[in-house]
This record gives sequence, C-alpha cells and structure tokens, in this order.
Amino acid sequence: MGVTDAVDEAFRTEWGQVVATLIRVTGDWDLAEECASDAFASALATWPRDGVPRRPGAWLTTTARNRALDRLRRGAAESGRLRRLAPVLEDDSPPAEEDAVPDDRLRLMFTCCHPALPLEAQVALTLRTLAGLTTPEIARAFLVPEATMAQRLVRAKRKIRNARIPYRVPPAELLPERMAGVLGVLYLLFNEGYSTERRELATEAIRLARVLVSLLPSSEAGGLLALMLFQESRRATRTEHGDLVTLAEQDRTRWDRAMIDEGLAVLDEMFADPGPYQLQAAIAACHAMARHAEDTDWRRIADLYELVAELNPSPVVELNRAVAVAEVDGPAAGLALVDDLRAELPGYHLLAATRADLLRRLSRHQEAREAYEEALNQAPTDAERRFLARRLVELTTS
Amino acid sequence: MRFLMFVCADPDLTGDGSPDTWLAETGERRLEGSRLRPLSDATTLWPKEGGTFVSDGPFAETKEFIAGYDIIECADLDEAVDIAAKHPVAKFGAIELRPVWE
Repeated sequence: MGVTDAVDEAFRTEWGQVVATLIRVTGDWDLAEECASDAFASALATWPRDGVPRRPGAWLTTTARNRALDRLRRGAAESGRLRRLAPVLEDDSPPAEEDAVPDDRLRLMFTCCHPALPLEAQVALTLRTLAGLTTPEIARAFLVPEATMAQRLVRAKRKIRNARIPYRVPPAELLPERMAGVLGVLYLLFNEGYSTERRELATEAIRLARVLVSLLPSSEAGGLLALMLFQESRRATRTEHGDLVTLAEQDRTRWDRAMIDEGLAVLDEMFADPGPYQLQAAIAACHAMARHAEDTDWRRIADLYELVAELNPSPVVELNRAVAVAEVDGPAAGLALVDDLRAELPGYHLLAATRADLLRRLSRHQEAREAYEEALNQAPTDAERRFLARRLVELTTS
Repeated sequence: MRFLMFVCADPDLTGDGSPDTWLAETGERRLEGSRLRPLSDATTLWPKEGGTFVSDGPFAETKEFIAGYDIIECADLDEAVDIAAKHPVAKFGAIELRPVWE
C-alpha cells in the first residue's frame, strides 16, 4: 500500500474519531473540523518522508490537537482566555491513552442525530463530521445548492452551541428513543445512496453502522447493519443497462458473498426479541441465503411480515406479506389479500404491479393488462415504467 | 444556563394544568414564572411612523396562545426537555423552550 493510499485509508477510518475527540476537547465544532483537515494535510506532507506511523489514528489526533492548541493560543493570547483553554488541551490524555475514550464517535453520533435538530441537518452533520464528506459533496448528494447546505450546517452547529445540546451518549432512560433516531438517520442515508450515482452514501451508512454496532451493540443496530449489508450485496445485479431486474431474475452468483456473510453473522448474534430492523433483516436474509430463487423460504418470509405488521401495522407491509403468501399458497390467495388493500393504497404503483403479476399468473390476461396499465400510469421512475412496459408487452405477445 | 419555557395552550383542548406537583418536583431549578391573564387582556405595540401604536390582542393571531411562562436553570437541553416534559400542560398543550441569550 502506498503512502497516499495509507492516508486515504486513515481518512476513511479515522476522520470521525479525530473530529469527535477534538470536539470533546475543544467544544468547538468548526475548530475541530479545521484542525482535523490540517492533520490529514500534514499526514500527506510528512508520511512519505517519515513513513506511516504505527498508530495513524493516534498520530492524527495528536497532530490535530496540537494544531487546535496553536490556533487557540494565537486567538486567545490577548484576551486572556488561554489560561482557561490551554490546560484542557495540554493535560488531556497523551496519544497512548486515546484508546481509553473510544466513545467519542458515539457522543458525536448522538449529538448529530439529536431530535432538537431538523432531520435534514442531522443527516448533513453526520456526513460532515463523522464520515468526512465535504460540504460540496453533501450538497451534490442531496441536490441542493452548496450555499444552502453550508447554511444548514452552520445553523445546526449554532443551535448545538446556543441551545446547549449535550455532547454525550444519552443516559439509559433516553437511549432507546435516541438510538431509534440515530438508526433512522443511518437508514435514510443508506436509502439516499440506493441509486448508483450516490453509492458513497450507502457505503458511509454501512461504515457508520459498523462503528455503532462495535461500540454500542444493540439488537436493532445489528438488525439495521445486517439489513443494509443484504441490500447492498445485491447492488451489482439490481439493474441491467439501467433496467430493473427482479429479485427472482437476478444473477445470484454475482451477489456480494462477503457482505451476506457479514450480515448473517451480525444477525445471528442479535436475534432476540426482534425489532423492526431485525425483522426486515431476517426477511432479507431469507433471500440472501437462497442460492436459487426457487429455494426461497417464503413461508418464513410470510411469518416474518406478520411480525412486522404486529409492530408497525401498515398496508405496505400487508402488500409484502401478500406477495409471500402468493408464493406459499398460490396466486389466488395472494390476490385476495391484495384486493383487500386497494382502498387503503389508492394510486400506489406497487399495488397495481403486484395485482398485475398475480392476475397474469392466474391467466386472467385482460385484467392483468389493465392492472399493468394502471401501474404504468402511477410509476414514479423511468426504470420502473420501462420494466412495467416490458411486462405488458410480454403479456400481449405470449 | 437558563431556558425560558413558553407554556402554550389550545383553547379547544383542556386538561388539568395545575402545576403544584411540577413546581415541587422542579424545586430550585425553576427560577421564576407565572400563569398569564387571557388574550382578552393582551395589548400589543407596533412600530408606526417613527413611533408606535397600541392595539388590543396578541402579536400573532394563532389558535394556540401563551398561557404562562417559566424560567428554568439547566445544565443542557436534555435536562430542560426532561423538566418541560413533566409540566402538566405538556400533556395537552405545546411547550417552547428558548435558551436565554447570555
């Protein structure tokens, strides 16, 4: 590995830790980010000459902290604040003890995802401070002007400071609720990264979930990590030349086995008193474990959707359960369930598309055609419209 | 740091807002506060041609109104939220927390 690669690697794995530690030590978010950037620039300049340090993270944190001290010393010399600040920076743990505070990134996650911040700011702050994406990169990912994103970050940091949002892992009584907030942000990030162009968001969501699971293991965090790994493992096969490929038709030999194995291992450790993410992960695991589409354990999937519905009753969950029931008990049984949902999901293209598919399998071709046309009119993306149009043509020519 | 709690009520919703238990539990962390007379007793001053004019009623025409206020002393926002959530009006009205500019 070259030195530049080593710096890149350190950036991906250490940025969040460096920023998180500097925020704790200085209490100043902007200063923390600037000094972390300086430390990485310094690594690029000195590592080629001096070699990659044995503990890159500790080296970077120490360098960033010294930089912070320099800046504070310069800025505060005349104001007399130095005496107050310097001991904080100088007396704090030397590099050897950095491992004693492994939870700075956790503090940072919970503060970024504090419910007193708007959701879009939670997402942006997480990407900036924990994942190290730049403001222009985040702006591009969310299709907003750079100035808007910069403003969003400034406002969020100002509120953290002025309304004194604490920098800590919440106490036990608040933890379940706050954890749900953090997981919600990570899953939102992952879903934003579902499309090919924004893959880095999905990658970051998985990376941050791994950090969360390793620092503060919980069944739902593990469930979310597994769910994201299973979904991501299918990325290469989800589309072919921009066209959607159904789960049944995907080339399963091209699914990422390493991700699937990691997901299964995480899920295996956690499966007790399942929450919504664990259940969804367990469903995704049924697909991931089937080497061929026809090996899928649809009975288990139908049962799992029933558990999901108990936790979060929703017609969309029922629709998914209907698909599984159709595989177990036949398309007629599935169709009966789907028809019951029509009033609850008016205009939902996946309902029309599911009906169309079931009607086709029941050889009710005229009704299937009508349902495909309905789905075509409702589908939100070109890829989905092309997929449905293809199905409609196949039906007409078969 | 200090937070101002605006205790806001909706006239269509009612509940028992008597704060005695809350006051006892909050103790010294609540520095001061009071219930406020109704909106029919409110007076608002507006800027006008270098001076002001006085009108009847609140400054904003919303259904919810500020029914009372409290100033609390807290270490951070989480503590303020914890105290505010226990206020009896939190069960049927809204409570806005604003850090005092210090």
